[in-house]
Amino acid sequence: MIVEATGLHKAFGSTKVLDGVDLHVAEGTVFALLGPNGAGKTTTVRILTTLSRPDRGSVRVAGYDVVREATKVRGVISLTGQSVALDDQQTGRENLVMIGRLMHLGRPAAGRRATDLLERFDLVDAMERRVKTYSGGMRRRLDLAMSLVSQPKVIFLDEPTTGLDPSSRTTMWDAIKELVSSGTTIVLTTQYLEEADRLADRIVLINGGRVAASGTADALKSQVGGERLDLRFAVEADLVRAAALFGVPPGTDPLVLGVPSDGSAEHLHRVLDELRIAGVPVARVSSHRPTLDDVFLSLTTTGRTPVQV
Amino acid sequence: MSTIAVHGGVRNAVSDSMTMIGRSIRLSRRNAETLVMSIVLPLLMMSLFVYVFGGAIDTGTRYINYVVPGTLLLCVGYGAASTAMSVADDMTSGMIDRLRSLPIRSSAVLTGHVVASVVRNLLSTTVVIGAAVAMGFRPDATVTDWAMAAGLLLLYVLALSWLAAGLGVIAKSVESASTLSFLMLFLPYLSSAFVPTDTMPSFLRAVSENQPITPVIETVRGLLTGTPIGDTGWIALAWCVGLLAGSFIFAAWLFRRRTHG
Ligand SMILES: Nc1ncnc2c1ncn2[C@@H]1O[C@H](COP(=O)(O)OP(=O)(O)OP(=O)(O)O)[C@@H](O)[C@H]1O
Ligand SMILES: [Mg+2]
Repeated sequence: MIVEATGLHKAFGSTKVLDGVDLHVAEGTVFALLGPNGAGKTTTVRILTTLSRPDRGSVRVAGYDVVREATKVRGVISLTGQSVALDDQQTGRENLVMIGRLMHLGRPAAGRRATDLLERFDLVDAMERRVKTYSGGMRRRLDLAMSLVSQPKVIFLDEPTTGLDPSSRTTMWDAIKELVSSGTTIVLTTQYLEEADRLADRIVLINGGRVAASGTADALKSQVGGERLDLRFAVEADLVRAAALFGVPPGTDPLVLGVPSDGSAEHLHRVLDELRIAGVPVARVSSHRPTLDDVFLSLTTTGRTPVQV
Repeated sequence: MSTIAVHGGVRNAVSDSMTMIGRSIRLSRRNAETLVMSIVLPLLMMSLFVYVFGGAIDTGTRYINYVVPGTLLLCVGYGAASTAMSVADDMTSGMIDRLRSLPIRSSAVLTGHVVASVVRNLLSTTVVIGAAVAMGFRPDATVTDWAMAAGLLLLYVLALSWLAAGLGVIAKSVESASTLSFLMLFLPYLSSAFVPTDTMPSFLRAVSENQPITPVIETVRGLLTGTPIGDTGWIALAWCVGLLAGSFIFAAWLFRRRTHG
């Protein structure tokens, strides 16, 4: 495990934000931290990246303790925070060279590294322009490039695609996939479940200061049940008859019945045939695959606010 | 072994500071508006005092000769005040987190802003002195006098810049940094910068004679125009060194506090 956090507690005044969070990230994987607004994602990332100390609990990154060996941890990680950290009055290139110099690359080496990254993130045309003239997507890309100057082992990305249009988001996803394929470990937070679904090997959902669920995207989805057919009826009496027919309990909606399904056309046929033979009219049919949204909603609708001490 | 590590540490610290100084100077150069204002405002004040109020103020000398040292300090105040805003900008944007997540001593960011502030002030002071000479300022200082005056002003600029950096660290926003540093700009008016203190009501007079700016002004004035200095020179030096030490510790302590935890 390249990141090992155990029993993280953090409170700001009387607001408990983290209340015993454990995280384990395997080297070379993408790890996504999901959670509603205010769940403590940024707080967690700040602790993992040495910017904030946990009140209790411990974190090791690449074997180093984040509190006692902060400088060593900083030597192997990089952080792209939730708000973009760039100098508007410097050019894209100057921003990158500055970080290279701070990483103690010589002037020529820092220049070469900047050029490489500008090419990789498609910013060569804009590199001599001041960052204040960049679009949101360009800024995000440059911001990510800034954290790659040092060739870190573990990259922390706090909401890397928030506010990006779909095409910039795809570009960012491609960049992240490329990093992982070269062996880098990525820890990201996101509010977009699709993002976690596409990128993450492992997802941890935090809510109310605790880990509410964790596992692969598929494992999480199967927690909220498998695929099903939603049958909508015109009147409740029809639903009651259908429920008896298939032996499934009625749900919360008096007009919609969820029938477990394997998703095949064959099963759909069978269901409709049985309804026709039994003379139960059905108004609409839709097939429903569980998404991370279902997981998210089912696990975060209770205890949204941090626990008060 | 340990000496090598320490040596490498010092070399890296110097190199990080140089990088951050380069950055801050570049940012200052591109923030032309602030730079121009820090020159234009003192120039306007000087013209106002020389041409409008000067005739009515009796200083026992030609008023322009009296007013230039105060104007220089005012100018330095403006120059240092913008440091508070630059520091606050870094502390409240994501920049400080980015720097802190690197394996460097992130306080280099403060050193960068302070040194850039000194460089800006060097420039603006030179312009103001040039303008003053054009307006009839006739110093009778020797090279040594000039060097001593410059040295004292340098200490004063450094002290004020570190103070401003500290204010920038505690400020919750760039706007509040600008409000805090406004207080620094106010002090020169309550001194012998523009009018001799003996015409002030006794309370104000006590304030202005015992605040750091008056001895600094009197000393610079003495060095440049030959008015008697007496022991104000030592008082000014003590103030500047004390202020510098105090504000450096203040800024460093606040920075540590804000970036730990
Ligand atoms: N420095 C602080 N002082 C006081 N409260 C804080 C501080 N930082 C965070 N909090 C509180 O801690 C809680 C968690 O904040 P955090 O930023 O970690 O959430 P998040 O999961 O990143 O949310 P978002 O999705 O909105 O970015 C919030 O209630 C926030 O108000
Ligand atoms: Mg956040």
